[in-house]
Amino acid sequence: MRSLLDIILTPDFAFSAIRVTTPLLFAALGALISDRAGAANIGLEGIMLMAALAGVVFSAYTQSALIGLLGAILIGLLTASMLAYFTLKLKTDVILGGIALNFFANGGTIFVLYYLTGDKGTSASLASMVLPNIHIPVIRNIPILGEIVSGHNVLTYIAILSAIGVWYVLEKTALGLRIRSVGENENAAKSVGVNVMKIRYIALALSGVFAGMGGAFLSMGYVSWFSRGMSAGRGWIALAAEAMGRGTVLGTTLSSVLFGVADALSNTLQLLNIPAELIRILPYVATVVGLLAYAIRETNKRKAKG
Amino acid sequence: MSNNVLELRNIMKVYSNGVVANKNVSFELKEGEIHAVVGENGAGKSTLMKILFGMERPSSGEIIFKGSKVEIENSNKAIDMGIGMVHQHFMLVPSFTVVQNMILGIEPKKGINIDYNKATQMIKELGDKYNLRVDPEMKVKDLSVGMKQKVEILKALLRGAKILILDEPTAVLTPQETEELFVQLMKLKDNGHTIIFISHKLKEVKSICDKVTIIRKGVTYGTYNVADVTQSQISNLMVGRNVVLKYDKSKSEAGKAVLNVKGVSCKGAEGKELLKDIQFTANKGKILGIAGVEGNGQRELINVITGGRRNYDGEVLFNDKNIRSMNVKALRKSGMSYIPEDRMTQGVAASAAISENLAANRYESQEIKSGILMDVKKLSKLANKLVEDYDIVCKSIAQKVESLSGGNIQKVVVARECSIEPDILIAEQPTRGVDVGAAEIIHKEILKLRDRGAAVLLVSADLSEAMELSDALLVMYEGEFVAYIDNPSETTEEELGLYMLGVKKQSREEIRRAVNEF
Amino acid sequence: MNFENRFELIRTFAAVTISLILGFAIILLVSDEPLSSIYYFVIGPVLKTRYIGNVIELAIPLIFSGLATVILFQTSLFNLGAEGVFYFSGLMAAIVGIGLSLPAPLHAIVAIAAGGLFGMLLMFMIGYFKAKWNASELVISLMFNSIFYGIGLYILNYFFRDPDIAGFASFKMQKTVLLANIIPKTRIHSGLIIALVTVLLAYLFLYRTKWGYEIRMTGINGDFARYSGMNTTKAIIIASIAAGIISGIGGAVEVIGMYDRFRWAALPGLGFDGALIAMLAKNKPGSTIYAALFLAYIRIGADLMARMTNIPSEMVFIMQAVIILLISGGKFLEKYRQKALLREVKKNA
Ligand SMILES: Nc1ncnc2c1ncn2[C@@H]1O[C@H](COP(=O)(O)OP(=O)(O)O)[C@@H](O)[C@H]1O
Ligand SMILES: [Mg+2]
Repeated sequence: MRSLLDIILTPDFAFSAIRVTTPLLFAALGALISDRAGAANIGLEGIMLMAALAGVVFSAYTQSALIGLLGAILIGLLTASMLAYFTLKLKTDVILGGIALNFFANGGTIFVLYYLTGDKGTSASLASMVLPNIHIPVIRNIPILGEIVSGHNVLTYIAILSAIGVWYVLEKTALGLRIRSVGENENAAKSVGVNVMKIRYIALALSGVFAGMGGAFLSMGYVSWFSRGMSAGRGWIALAAEAMGRGTVLGTTLSSVLFGVADALSNTLQLLNIPAELIRILPYVATVVGLLAYAIRETNKRKAKG
Repeated sequence: MSNNVLELRNIMKVYSNGVVANKNVSFELKEGEIHAVVGENGAGKSTLMKILFGMERPSSGEIIFKGSKVEIENSNKAIDMGIGMVHQHFMLVPSFTVVQNMILGIEPKKGINIDYNKATQMIKELGDKYNLRVDPEMKVKDLSVGMKQKVEILKALLRGAKILILDEPTAVLTPQETEELFVQLMKLKDNGHTIIFISHKLKEVKSICDKVTIIRKGVTYGTYNVADVTQSQISNLMVGRNVVLKYDKSKSEAGKAVLNVKGVSCKGAEGKELLKDIQFTANKGKILGIAGVEGNGQRELINVITGGRRNYDGEVLFNDKNIRSMNVKALRKSGMSYIPEDRMTQGVAASAAISENLAANRYESQEIKSGILMDVKKLSKLANKLVEDYDIVCKSIAQKVESLSGGNIQKVVVARECSIEPDILIAEQPTRGVDVGAAEIIHKEILKLRDRGAAVLLVSADLSEAMELSDALLVMYEGEFVAYIDNPSETTEEELGLYMLGVKKQSREEIRRAVNEF
Repeated sequence: MNFENRFELIRTFAAVTISLILGFAIILLVSDEPLSSIYYFVIGPVLKTRYIGNVIELAIPLIFSGLATVILFQTSLFNLGAEGVFYFSGLMAAIVGIGLSLPAPLHAIVAIAAGGLFGMLLMFMIGYFKAKWNASELVISLMFNSIFYGIGLYILNYFFRDPDIAGFASFKMQKTVLLANIIPKTRIHSGLIIALVTVLLAYLFLYRTKWGYEIRMTGINGDFARYSGMNTTKAIIIASIAAGIISGIGGAVEVIGMYDRFRWAALPGLGFDGALIAMLAKNKPGSTIYAALFLAYIRIGADLMARMTNIPSEMVFIMQAVIILLISGGKFLEKYRQKALLREVKKNA
């Protein structure tokens, strides 16, 4: 047990927790903004996956990491728009729509990958680019703190800024007021001429942008290639994080960090002598436990009330 | 040229579930008038107003605004045309403050932020002008109903409404609040606003409206000067016949007491007393009515009796058994039938077939089973019989309930609940929003059930129903009984009204007559 | 047939047609030899008895996962746990096949029972969490898929993996556990009979028993179910258990019917397909047979096409997604419906 603590209580572990929280946070922010507008985005998992591939493909063909990132965001935006079209316009059930989108992403990414590389597993043969790491001046030199917070991928910092940005938009701006009104009482919003569809569309599009950045991080930061199914349930875990955070930015961020720690732990423990198959399920177990704890608490609260 | 600001011609509206809410509506609105639209529940008034406010699109027909034909695609368009609406069910965001609710959609900005100072200022000024004052910083969920309505009116005015639609604004108000509202409406009229006032309280129409348009089952039956028609003329047009119900009621003897409610009290989430020491007995062969303005504790009382609420003081005995020890299933199985107030949320499984809905209180009995399996033949035989007996208009028993009209959906519920020969039938607003024909069938079935010896507990906000059907009538006000009337059809509506509004109250002893002592 | 049913049928056909057109469009876009691609995709599966056999073999597990999902969807449960159950129960059946020595029919029965039992346990948990605490069955079931895939992989790697053979596989199962082939020249096995019997049982369960009635009413309107005295918590749990048993049996049947060793290195995807089958079948148990055959047909068609041309078979997933989106799109063809409805109303007026 000593060795476990030794591993966890290091700047390295904290650094790695922040790193693996990044895609979760992006996806959770996507879940948050769409949920606040009352248009739950169940397709995050698939959107991330497609964006991850897009990042690799765009950057490989242009040899520009920036264009890769923009490509990932674009694909995230487009896929989320497609989902919005079906759920808002054709009234496809949000859950079934999300499930369908994930099917689409699973098959579609392999289809495209195979078409481009002749490989159904990874994009190893594509010379794709990675997004740069940022070393923060001054802070980088502070012992421990510098080691933990400096030197992350640029998207990690963008994720943190995004969380603040989402909070600001929701609380301070007209768009945020409309998003919240549409989510809480759609008819009230409609009755004052707020275009409910448009607001939901915007919220879903934004969630697509966030998921797109999350996907880009996976294939252009976390690792430098695309592999099939690489979103590995993060889109679902993000939904759990958002629920546990009760739709607040702070709560959602904190639960994302919690799941990030579980994820980092599973990465770190692989160094120990425990079967890898079992360690890899840790983030999923943590999600189930977290979700259950949340659900039980909510149920008890409801019971106490009524 | 006429001075009609707004004209509707031959409007028809079919909802996507096939309900024809407006069949043929024509209607003219003159500038500066207060124009009443009256009609029974379900006549299609709200639908019509939603069409005017761009929330629903008509299936056919024309809307003429200031002389030219218009399409009101959405509420924005309506707002641009100067139409504002206060909905029957308030359209407010509970967690928002008054300011946030008011400025939603027209937020004043400073940079990218909302300029709340300016917003508050705007609201203060408007409130001063029309004498409608509310605290802008309060959360809407903490406001009283009357306050919420003020917020709604201000919301419309803030958006420059010249034509103001009020959908049953007084249904939720106290008499004082209603008075206050009327003063404000007159003031708006003096300021040049045009008002459409929906109601089915004819006294109110008489007291403040200039014109009245009558709508019945989705069809308009003319517009009259209020001064030229009497209340009973209007009500005749509204229902298409004399409102006073008359049924041939045989005498029936009070049988065994099946339901004993002893000193039931309960509190709401905020500690408000919802029920106060409720006591009564329901006997076989008798209809016991409970009248009262909605929201005076009837809902909670029924909830307790039907096993929905466990958190109460006192006790309820059903067939001498304390219902605390019984769950809903046990209650139903030991002979309690229940027609719930809200048929769509509780009374039916809308997307299931008529036959399956009819099976809900007997799916475990051999009546529709053979061995352990449900017997399709038995079920369809039973369903066909009920459809015939209760005059349910449908194409077949396999039809989904949601594709039936409101009245026929209610008949499905009534058929199911009455046909198991219960010891007691709890009927909660059994004919609300139901057409007159269906209401009559339902009333007759309830009477038949009583004649077959069941006890009936009838909760109704409809006075003529409560008076005509009940053998004895209790009046509820603010969670307690304020009167026990043993000859309901002999009393007057005015008398009952005084009890319902809490103006009069009987002595404790008089009310205690509702309890049979043993 | 009444108006609503007719309209639903039209919608389903329209959705399938659009997805097929999309499939052709993809082929035309990316294929060097579009005509032969389309030929193999559309006609391929009926070219040889063996291919027809492939379609039916593939339909067998799809019927199971479709039925399980039908029961869950009828209860309004969006639980995709059939995927993990398929994997885990399949493994459990394989272990019974490897480790126990029993006479022929009994061995298979025990293996299938083991699969059903584990399926039941897994789904029971998900259903219990939902019924008791309203925990999102969608997220939990997806997490369960990953968790039980991981546990299964561990069990396999550490205890049952055959080191002597190339590739990923367990030890050989004993002959006594394998399901008999019932049609020569194909690999169609007696699991087909089990599947068809299960369809019948699932129909009887849903439409003829009181549990089925409670489940369906709970799914349509929980308030109505509670008002009628039903225990909706129990209904959700029973439905989950039934779905778990069926998908568990499905996983077991697939493994002992098609293979002689356990060979799934990844989740097989068959459980997920249940969602599409259930939707195509409009949540009717009997129709899962046709829906499963349809999906199996386009899968095999796509496989043949992939083998003969350069189009990856994953194209089918894209088509699958489009079908789901369109069928569940309540407003898909709404204009047409509105017009027809107005006609109907005016006709009756
Ligand atoms: N959104 C809707 N969808 C389907 N039917 C509706 C809808 N709203 C109202 N109805 C039905 O239309 C009829 C008229 O309702 P409504 O316009 O609310 O009447 P009123 O306001 O006069 O009481 C009723 O039968 C009602 O059940
Ligand atoms: Mg109304």
